[in-house]
Amino acid sequence: MPEPDLCELSVPNRIGFRFPEVDVPCAELPKGLVREHLPLPELYELDVIRRYTRLSQLNHAIDTGYYPLGSCTMKYNPKINEEMARLAGFAAVHPLQPVQSVQGCLALMYELQEWLKEIGGFAGVTLQPAAGAQGELTGILIIRAYHKDRGELQRTKILIPDSAHGTNPATSAMSGMTVVEIKSDERGNTDLDSLRKQCDETLAGIMITNPNTLGLFDENIEEVIRLVHEAGGLVYGDGANMNALLGIVRPGDLGIDVLHFNLHKTFSTPHGGGGPGSGPVGVCDKLVDYLPSPIVTITQEGDEETPPVYGFYTPPKSIGRVKSFHGHFGMMVRAYTYMLMHGKEGLRKVSEHAVLNANYLRARLRNVYHIPYDRICMHEFVAEGRWEDAPEVRALDISKRLMDFGFHPPTNYFPLIVHEALMIEPTETESKQTLDAFADALIRIAEEARTNPDLLKSAPHHTPVGRVDEVKAARDLILACGVSVEEDT
Amino acid sequence: MNIPSDLKYTKNDEWLRVEGNQGTIGITDYAQSQLSDIVFVEITVSEGDVVKQGETCATVESVKAAADVYMPVSGKVIAINHSLPEKPEVINRDPYGEAWMVKIEFTNPSELDQLLDAAAYEEHLAQKE
Repeated sequence: MPEPDLCELSVPNRIGFRFPEVDVPCAELPKGLVREHLPLPELYELDVIRRYTRLSQLNHAIDTGYYPLGSCTMKYNPKINEEMARLAGFAAVHPLQPVQSVQGCLALMYELQEWLKEIGGFAGVTLQPAAGAQGELTGILIIRAYHKDRGELQRTKILIPDSAHGTNPATSAMSGMTVVEIKSDERGNTDLDSLRKQCDETLAGIMITNPNTLGLFDENIEEVIRLVHEAGGLVYGDGANMNALLGIVRPGDLGIDVLHFNLHKTFSTPHGGGGPGSGPVGVCDKLVDYLPSPIVTITQEGDEETPPVYGFYTPPKSIGRVKSFHGHFGMMVRAYTYMLMHGKEGLRKVSEHAVLNANYLRARLRNVYHIPYDRICMHEFVAEGRWEDAPEVRALDISKRLMDFGFHPPTNYFPLIVHEALMIEPTETESKQTLDAFADALIRIAEEARTNPDLLKSAPHHTPVGRVDEVKAARDLILACGVSVEEDT
Repeated sequence: MNIPSDLKYTKNDEWLRVEGNQGTIGITDYAQSQLSDIVFVEITVSEGDVVKQGETCATVESVKAAADVYMPVSGKVIAINHSLPEKPEVINRDPYGEAWMVKIEFTNPSELDQLLDAAAYEEHLAQKE
């Protein structure tokens, strides 16, 4: 049954909130700033509460069901993260408080910086970026500042393999760079011949995702990095897929110069509508002077009796602030809690099990779904959602049908280099029973595709909203609340 | 898959209809079928622009993906299909006819030799699948 939206629930002159009596002199607003008509829904508080509570119950979330959305690392977010982030000492502080009064918060940020440096193999870290895409932008602005500082203004070309994350070209374009795509070879690695052709004096760098969006560790990574460095470029690593590498490979050791972490993926802070992201950026030695300011540091060393004193510093060639205050501090508390809970060995196990789970699913599905780059994968893999003997069925139909089994669909149609792509990332937090139930559903859907394709074409059947017309939604976009917009214009 | 024999093709799935020293550019039937339902198209060049081979001349977007359309050869833009952005769905219906995108006058006709004929394009698609 369709849920009425707030505009449909609206009743003229209904009031949900009353301002207190005015006890100060009233001042008139300037002419032209006052309007007679405001097209907002008129509701009781209870209407609003019921509406949003119902919607929250209809929603699919990691707390209600399996969520194997490729490259998103929808792992379980332990509830202790939330408890820690709600401690008054973290939740009730203000970023403009004197540093002496927030030493605990600064200590946490400092240690988180140190741990991310250790995990990534980097010389410096900023915690400011608000999410992965802003981390990318920060990283590319650092690369740009580095070349500019050296007088190499002609270095404006960024190479992006076709197996990289979709945000990478947008980041580069937004930073004023020219984007050149590099093809993958038949094993899903960066094609070295295509790369060599682009390694010239205009090269600013490469943005590489490793493991890439095929879920494969790029076997050419060392050679890619060597070629780019040799041509005077820098290497940006997209750390969105770090969940495969914790404690196993340090990107900095491979020669990656800049990398963003996604605390909201790898380190279990909520995302997908559950909370803001957080995209700290790690850099190698020669880039630490360009990091955004401020960075948390120890301003006075401690000893056995007194703890160190923490404060801020601005790197000498800093690109400036990228976010107000210090970024999403609540996410830092959650990620710190998660790291502390797991410890060094635990974090390595996280990645080992993420990779094991992905390979288990891949092995169960590989004879039913075509897997174009079928080798041992990392934390995710990409299958084709199409069969020759089921010509009408597409990846989209498989995804929609999966919803009937209570699963969130995998990522669809990405990467673009796989036809009808279904990108599946199980994460380490799922049990063998859940993985089996998911594989069983996909195997059953593959049978249905042959025996009853209409069942797939018209899916989902058991969700509050059935198949939506995505084409119509994209073509006839109406961005307005339904209440009397016409009257207002 | 419809691959008219009188057109030239690129490996990036553009077609070019050659008429004297002029040519018409669009995307192939294969390209539209891969993209599925096209919901948005923007022609990014204007009449009078001189655009090099390989540079972007249009962007198409479907419910699945966005893709750039590249110049098969260099040329001066002499006409663009102004009505296409209002009805992007014609790319799905009639990719070689009503859904033409840009007409150009060749500035380097020797580049035409680099393009594929229908048979070579068909073979290229077979390999890709």
